[in-house]
Amino acid sequence: MLETSEIETFDATAVNSARMRQPLYAARKKIFPKRAAGRFRRFKWIVMLITLGIYYITPWLRWDRGPYAPDQAVLVDMAGRRFYFFPIEIWPQEFYFVAGLLVMAGFGLFLLTSTVGRAWCGYTCPQTVWVDLFLVVERAVEGDRNARIKLDSAPWSAGKLVKRVSKHTIWLAIAVATGGAWIFYFADAPTLLRDLVSGHAAPVAYATVAVLTATTYIFGGLMREQVCTYMCPWPRIQAAMLDENSLTVTYNDWRGEPRSRHAKKAAAAGQAVGDCVDCNACVAVCPMGIDIRDGQQLECITCALCIDACDSVMDKIGKERGLISYATLAEYQSNMALATAGGASSIDPARVRDAGGKLSGKVSAFHIKKLARPRTLIYLAAWSLVGLGLLYALLTRDRLQVNVLADRNPQFVVLSDGAIRNGYTVKLLNMIPEPRTIEVALEGLPGAEMTVVGIEQPATRAFAVEVEPDRLKTLKVFVRQPRENVAGQTQHFTFTVEDKSGAEHARYDATFEAPEMDR
Amino acid sequence: MSDKEIDEVTGVSTTGHEWDGIRELDNPMPRWWLIVFYASIVWAAAYTIAYPAWPLVSTATSGLLGYSSRGDVKAELAAAQAARADYVAAVSTMTVDDILADDGLRTFAASAGAAAFKVNCVQCHGSGAQGAPGYPNLNDDEWLWGGSADEIRQSIAHGIRFAEDSETRVSEMPAFGEILEPKEITQVASFVASLSSKGEDADAEDIAAGKEIFAQNCAACHGEDGKGNRELGAPDLTDAIWFYGSSLPDIAAQVRAPKHGVMPAWQARLGDTTVKELAVYVHSLGGGE
Repeated sequence: MLETSEIETFDATAVNSARMRQPLYAARKKIFPKRAAGRFRRFKWIVMLITLGIYYITPWLRWDRGPYAPDQAVLVDMAGRRFYFFPIEIWPQEFYFVAGLLVMAGFGLFLLTSTVGRAWCGYTCPQTVWVDLFLVVERAVEGDRNARIKLDSAPWSAGKLVKRVSKHTIWLAIAVATGGAWIFYFADAPTLLRDLVSGHAAPVAYATVAVLTATTYIFGGLMREQVCTYMCPWPRIQAAMLDENSLTVTYNDWRGEPRSRHAKKAAAAGQAVGDCVDCNACVAVCPMGIDIRDGQQLECITCALCIDACDSVMDKIGKERGLISYATLAEYQSNMALATAGGASSIDPARVRDAGGKLSGKVSAFHIKKLARPRTLIYLAAWSLVGLGLLYALLTRDRLQVNVLADRNPQFVVLSDGAIRNGYTVKLLNMIPEPRTIEVALEGLPGAEMTVVGIEQPATRAFAVEVEPDRLKTLKVFVRQPRENVAGQTQHFTFTVEDKSGAEHARYDATFEAPEMDR
Repeated sequence: MSDKEIDEVTGVSTTGHEWDGIRELDNPMPRWWLIVFYASIVWAAAYTIAYPAWPLVSTATSGLLGYSSRGDVKAELAAAQAARADYVAAVSTMTVDDILADDGLRTFAASAGAAAFKVNCVQCHGSGAQGAPGYPNLNDDEWLWGGSADEIRQSIAHGIRFAEDSETRVSEMPAFGEILEPKEITQVASFVASLSSKGEDADAEDIAAGKEIFAQNCAACHGEDGKGNRELGAPDLTDAIWFYGSSLPDIAAQVRAPKHGVMPAWQARLGDTTVKELAVYVHSLGGGE
């Protein structure tokens, strides 16, 4: 066990602490987060690898859809108005799938926040991931916290210039790669890369890369925590999402206070001494520049790096881990009541420890059952319901559709033999990437027959037409009914369409208009 | 301005304005705001020089960049013309039958024809080409002068009874009011009505007498069987379509003093290409042969 005086104490001030609140428009105070080590840091590295991996690799995945559709697994084809996602192809009118996914994302975020707090912010938000990546570069080039502070305050020299230029160059390279990866989702990636490098890509591609390069560099490199604090609405909304049973990064002052840098001396003097040795390690690693010991605050993205920093200190001084931990407000309040004897006195850390100096059994700890609360279950149910609905819609959706638009001017035409003719614009949607022969037939409307503009064939009640893969075919169809069969001014009938192979069919209920018959 | 007050709390001078004890501080504008403000003024001045801006007596300054919204339209029209140049060239060289046989060209020509129709033809034929008494319905399958694409093109190009065009289609039914007795006119009208089974109201004797009169006076143009003759623009009298009405009085009136519609020739006005496009459009309305 180390003496508390041997623990490295950091000269760290929480620049975004409420105590230090600056007036509006004050220049930003720089933050130099120290590299943390521990289980949460390790978890964040893994999350970073996975999220960045998904982002960069996805457009390069191939998926064979046959000769009539692109082979890119994920492709947003704006020009062709198609969205491809592995075996799923979405037409613009099926955009409700995307809307449904957004609804799921919303409920998912509510669910996540009400159970584990701002886990999205702390681990997976692109802003967090890219800032983390940029900090890796900063540390590699300029060194860890102390070296960076020193470099920042040092006068300009050749060495400083080299470090700064190389840091910003690497940042810009990452930014270009970020913007560059984005556009590959919108066109065939290998072709676009060739065009991009040879200067033949569309101007919008270069403009997109430029804009995303600028935002990545500025948000990830220069603005960092200010994006979360000032620009993002989520920190404001989170308050409504959290309740007393939501896990959030908490400084357990019921066992930490009174903090002391000279614990032994203070204990010898008979003073109450908490676990916090006031080493400021939690402040030094914080990428948001706050002091978690001030309690939950808007700026905290719950990245849990302070937990790692504090746990390593607790290990060194031989205390239990978890002075800073994921805890719920309910536990915290119960433990606080224990430490203050129900608020009767100031915090006495002795109350939470048993005779042997271990944490007492009365200290409440988080239990996994707390995750299942009416609120979280409702979120989960809503999320699942939308998900199942989408899945059902996806599995049962039509890949052959027909739309019919009746001519309204004129509504009907009287032919020389007295027969009545109505015109229809029939649109056949072949929504799979294979050519299909579609049979269009009349159902009802006795005696009626069809002729199709552009297709040479005698009048018929059913005809077949080739529809190109993944295309809409528009046909002008004239339906003619002999006068003796006309039964009333408005007759209902149906256009049926069927894939020749019998796999799919669709129908459209239409009306046939006729003039008032004088006899 | 020597009596400038200094606000005690902030140490900033005030404007001297006071409302119920509340005084307005005279803080300077933020620098970024001033920069944007002056930059806007410079921008505005430069803008009025570069672009059309200042009104003069009967015109306005045209701007150094030579921009005009009319020029934009011109450029867009030129681009549109260029984009359809290939199709237009094909339409102008090909026959209407060949155009009809080509899927893409037919669609293009029919769309262009529809646009031209909306401008030039709807006044008489109606916006749906459904016609009106005296103006033929172009959707149906009766054609006075022929319903093939080329015959339609010929009718559009040179018109009907249009004196200024030497190739115009001409026919004129004599006014039988000067040739036949009123009684005979009623009889022949009864017979004509009976041809298309419209003649229930007519007297059987009238029909029989009318048949004789028809054979002597009308069959030359309308045919022995009343099926008409497209060479002469003589309508088929046996079908369900009646140009000037199907009632007995309507028919009798047309026998007595026939009306003759006139359609202008469009070749000279619209040019060969547009006339072909119109022919393709009319042919595609459903009655084309």
